[in-house]
Amino acid sequence: MHGRPRKVPKPEDEAASAAKAQKLRALQTQFFSYHHNKIYTKEAIELSAKLLEINPESYTAWNYRKLAVEHYLSQPESNPDSVRSILDEELRVVESALRQNFKSYGAWHHRKWVVSKGHSSIDHELRLLDKFQRADSRNFHAWNYRRFVRELMNRSEQDELKYTENMIYTNFSNYSAWHNRSVLLSTLLEKKAEGFLSKENVLPEEYEFIHQAIFTDPDDQSGWFYHLWLLDQTVKVDSPLLVTSWPAHGSDVLLVVDRFHKVCGLSPFTTLHSDSGSFPMVLYFNQSVEGVSSSTVTVESGSNKSEDIIWKPLSVNNSQAAQVWVAHLTFPTSELNSSVEVSVGHSEGITSTRGFQYSYPSKFSFKVHVQPIERDSSQGSVAESVLWREENFKVYEARSDESIPIVFFDQLRIRNDPEPTASNWRAEALAKEIECFRELLSLMDCKIGKLTLARLLMAYDAMSSCANKLVHSEEVLELYSDLMKLDPSHYQYYKDEHCLVLLQEMISNRESLLKHCFQYTDPVSSTIHNPICLRLNNLSLSRMGAFEKLLWVQILDLSHNELQSIEGLEAMQLLSCLSLRNNKLRSFTALDPLRKLKSLRVLDISYNQIGEHSIDTTRYLCSSPLSHSVGSEWNKDETVISDGALIDYWEAFFIFKELNLKQLDIAGNAIADEKFKSILVKVMPTLKRLDGELLG
Amino acid sequence: MDNELPPYPPIDPTTFDLIVIGTGLPESILAAAASTASKSVLHLDPNPFYGSHFSSLSLIDFPSFLTSHSSPSPSSPPLSISHHDFAVYNFATRPLYSPFDISSFSPHLLHQHSRRFNIDVAGPRVFFCADKSIDLLLKSGASQYLEFKSIDATFLGDDKGNLWNVPDSRAAIFKDKSLGLMEKNQLMRFFKLVQGHLAGEQGVKISEEDLQSPFVDFLNKMGLLPKIKTFVLYAIAMVDYDQDDVGVCRDLLKTKDGIDQLAVYSASVGRFPNAPGALIYPVYGQGELSQAFCRRAAVKGSLYVLRMPVTALLVDKDNGCYKGVRLASGQDIFSKKLILDPSFMVPLPLGMSPSHPLQEKLPLFSFRDDRGKVARGICITKTSLKPDISNLLVVYPPRSLFPEQVTSIRLLQIGSNLAVCPPGMFVLYISALCNDDDQGKKLLHSVMNTLLTVPHSKNSESKAAFQSETAENGCAVQDEIAESSSAAESNPGEGKPTLIWSALYIQELTLGQVEFLCSTPMPDWKLNYNDLIDVTVKLFKEIYPDEEFFPETSSSKNCEDDGDIALEA
Repeated sequence: MHGRPRKVPKPEDEAASAAKAQKLRALQTQFFSYHHNKIYTKEAIELSAKLLEINPESYTAWNYRKLAVEHYLSQPESNPDSVRSILDEELRVVESALRQNFKSYGAWHHRKWVVSKGHSSIDHELRLLDKFQRADSRNFHAWNYRRFVRELMNRSEQDELKYTENMIYTNFSNYSAWHNRSVLLSTLLEKKAEGFLSKENVLPEEYEFIHQAIFTDPDDQSGWFYHLWLLDQTVKVDSPLLVTSWPAHGSDVLLVVDRFHKVCGLSPFTTLHSDSGSFPMVLYFNQSVEGVSSSTVTVESGSNKSEDIIWKPLSVNNSQAAQVWVAHLTFPTSELNSSVEVSVGHSEGITSTRGFQYSYPSKFSFKVHVQPIERDSSQGSVAESVLWREENFKVYEARSDESIPIVFFDQLRIRNDPEPTASNWRAEALAKEIECFRELLSLMDCKIGKLTLARLLMAYDAMSSCANKLVHSEEVLELYSDLMKLDPSHYQYYKDEHCLVLLQEMISNRESLLKHCFQYTDPVSSTIHNPICLRLNNLSLSRMGAFEKLLWVQILDLSHNELQSIEGLEAMQLLSCLSLRNNKLRSFTALDPLRKLKSLRVLDISYNQIGEHSIDTTRYLCSSPLSHSVGSEWNKDETVISDGALIDYWEAFFIFKELNLKQLDIAGNAIADEKFKSILVKVMPTLKRLDGELLG
Repeated sequence: MDNELPPYPPIDPTTFDLIVIGTGLPESILAAAASTASKSVLHLDPNPFYGSHFSSLSLIDFPSFLTSHSSPSPSSPPLSISHHDFAVYNFATRPLYSPFDISSFSPHLLHQHSRRFNIDVAGPRVFFCADKSIDLLLKSGASQYLEFKSIDATFLGDDKGNLWNVPDSRAAIFKDKSLGLMEKNQLMRFFKLVQGHLAGEQGVKISEEDLQSPFVDFLNKMGLLPKIKTFVLYAIAMVDYDQDDVGVCRDLLKTKDGIDQLAVYSASVGRFPNAPGALIYPVYGQGELSQAFCRRAAVKGSLYVLRMPVTALLVDKDNGCYKGVRLASGQDIFSKKLILDPSFMVPLPLGMSPSHPLQEKLPLFSFRDDRGKVARGICITKTSLKPDISNLLVVYPPRSLFPEQVTSIRLLQIGSNLAVCPPGMFVLYISALCNDDDQGKKLLHSVMNTLLTVPHSKNSESKAAFQSETAENGCAVQDEIAESSSAAESNPGEGKPTLIWSALYIQELTLGQVEFLCSTPMPDWKLNYNDLIDVTVKLFKEIYPDEEFFPETSSSKNCEDDGDIALEA
């Protein structure tokens, strides 16, 4: 079945296939006429069987047969014997169709349909499967059907596991068999069947088993796939966890409504300016969760009533599940100091998308100091403009006693450690794997081996680093650099992974983070005290990450990188100024996460590639106004622009209509002509500056 | 031999293209090939069974066969009797098996079942699924008379009695429990290198210089660990002499030949769907093979007469050329060519004049192989060496049992599912190349002592063949009791199978040759028939230079297409 070379058809073969097509067309015409006229005579049914024997892919014919079966079964004179003979005939037709092509989806599906009726011998199904699986042990249709039959006949998972193991022993290059093993093990673990009580007992043996395959033949991919699954099982914690939050535990937030006010004493990392006296509170989980609400998260604070707080999922596709959730807290100036205590998951309701309960209730608290309004703020905001010039940024010099954000994460982590004893075996398993693959790589050069080692090292660091230290980052970076050279066809993937590690490393400790922290000073009004600007420019980043540690960032400079996407950026709810100048963004759909950044006022997307590429592949990944999920938001009547422009620029419209930008730089993109700019001005009435020009 | 032979039937016609005496494998193949080439063939055997030195015999026939070939025949003096137009030279039997030891520790039990045994005289012997003999079986059509089963596993043995599974394929390497991960990786990479080389893949060609160098040097160069090297050399390439010791190694394998061996082996794994491993064995024993070729020859018109001793050679008086043979019945049969099995020799008559043409020809006839001798041992047990496997091969590489062991010892265990013994018993064949009888017996004993529990029965140790046979009935009861008491004595070999019967013998090696007469070779020391078939083809080409050896026919072509031999799962 596998590895057969394709042959050029000989002339006589072509003639034969033409004759076959001729015959098939005639059959098909006749068949359709029967089908449309709902004729279920013996002759008509036989014709459909003939058609299916030649072409098992004819879905309509299968459906016709289903209708015919239903038709006969509903006849008043039908009795158990006649039912059985009708269904047996169906099985026979499927079998001969499968003989023609045993990878026919329609045929297998029809068989499932017939067998589900419950009048057929399951033993016969097993025998048939044995035959098919002997002929092609990797055929996933047969494996799929096998799982169906197993469930139907209540055959124990243990027996199937044994069968699967034997198939693997016969030939371990069998992805279907390994996959079946992973499915069975998951079920057994979930059931806590005897001998499968915990991953701790099962996974080490599985690692041992898969090593045999990987070491025997590292060029075979099926083993690596299974290893990846095992790694996932080792690292993944079933129940969701809170990873970080903003404000972080123990932090002091200064809420300043007046930008011109001199602020002393408190760190610029946690100083916020807000016109409305409110700020976003962010919960960052380790996986996508549902059910974050005022009943599952209680907030104790003087002015904010828990039940009034509305939690929103930060999902780009408008689903009700998200890894990051946000709610807005409001602090009136009447209350200068308040402390807030947040409890997550003390009552049931937060669940992962796979249905696991949030089962490690956690608490965090922070203080909020409100700076009352002393001057009319409207003046200041008119003149507001940010110039992304080098001379406007000065390295921030933190006082030695000043707490910087990374410290908070550590505190939260420690308190949240879900299974302090259980994580032992996980770390041990990873350590063992690391040793094992280092050994393999010492024997031979192996791309997938390097990739696996890199993944293992990162997983190990993530698991064992209470102190947030990345012990192996240098080694991982080297592995990815190697891979970029060794395997150019997957360059971009390695490059992305390389970037993520680099980012993790940069923000993992105080010294390296501070190197990227700058203070923006406006040349016009030098007294302005601005928040910290995180500058990750000129790093040739192709991907942005580590968002869970960057929730505090209000000004972010990502200019002069190689970003094609800003996926995940929606978590940075405090972001008010963002520069994406000189990157490789190809479309407005790539900017989709920006829609969720309600605080964003200043955006620089100049010198990208928007409008350069006629086909936008990002569109296939991101939601669009035409997809169902966002369709409800779309109200054409609201628009202030003409239909023609809408058709040309709907992607831009879709992004910008939700932003409250004051300043936008878009020059240097193919799309940014005068016509487009005039539309932008209409779409965003709040806009004050476009490409540096003050708007009238 | 037996004095009460039945009256011999007269043979008609009396002239043939070819007379073949002995139904050993080479003779049977030659008879089938000659009759396929439309020669008229008379095929005779003094024994009442097919196979001669390649036969499979019952426990009763086996000792008498060895006896008849273990000492020079007390036949009539080698006198030449003059006839009217030819000279008559009496045949003598060449002793081919040294005085042999047969010990029975459970005579009564074995006697009951003696006819249910098919003991191979030339064991251990197996087929590699992709070797020449299988191709010959298919090509000649002899395969239709045979049925095979798979040998389940190959092991390497050590002096502690451990048997280490030989991972001989990708699936076996994966499954193996004793190899470390690094070893698995290394072994598989080596297999891939060989496969890549054979498939002519780019960048994996083994250099000509390497191909001409000793295989062992190549393996060292590839950095193979000693364990892996041993697997490859002795359990897959089936090398006989210690390749690491140039002093004792008489046959240093070249890389090129080593690679060829591996190629046959790897092509064997999975060639037939019902045979998971590389090796197969014929149901009813190896003797079936000769018989299959004889049946093939009979179909093509050969005339077969068993139980027909041949007493003398007829030679032209004037030119000393071969004329025919005289049968035990007294009948003279003439032919253009004669093929003799290696047990025949023609002693020079005492009074022959030095100028006689045969003076020079006869001594040359039937050379000994300078390789030495083969020590063969046969053991019967009631339990398998491995509890869940009945048909298996064990290889003891040189020096694995004792320091002076310079050649590999191979052991083949066959169970009752191959119809060579009654249910619940196992037949073990052991063989090793040796220089002399003492060395040979030491090799055999070392394996037996390592793997089996040999009962301490006083009279069994030195019991000669005749004694054991005569003693069998008389001491049956006592032996049974002795057996049961020794079993109750607790198994000293912690689960080692207990020996219930053994036969040890040293077999001479002879070369096949076409000189004055054509003589076929004795069974060689190899595990398969490859070399024997090469020699046989060579003999055929020398006898019939103008004939094709089993020409392709349409029917045999079909057979090949099917690639089909009867294999039971």
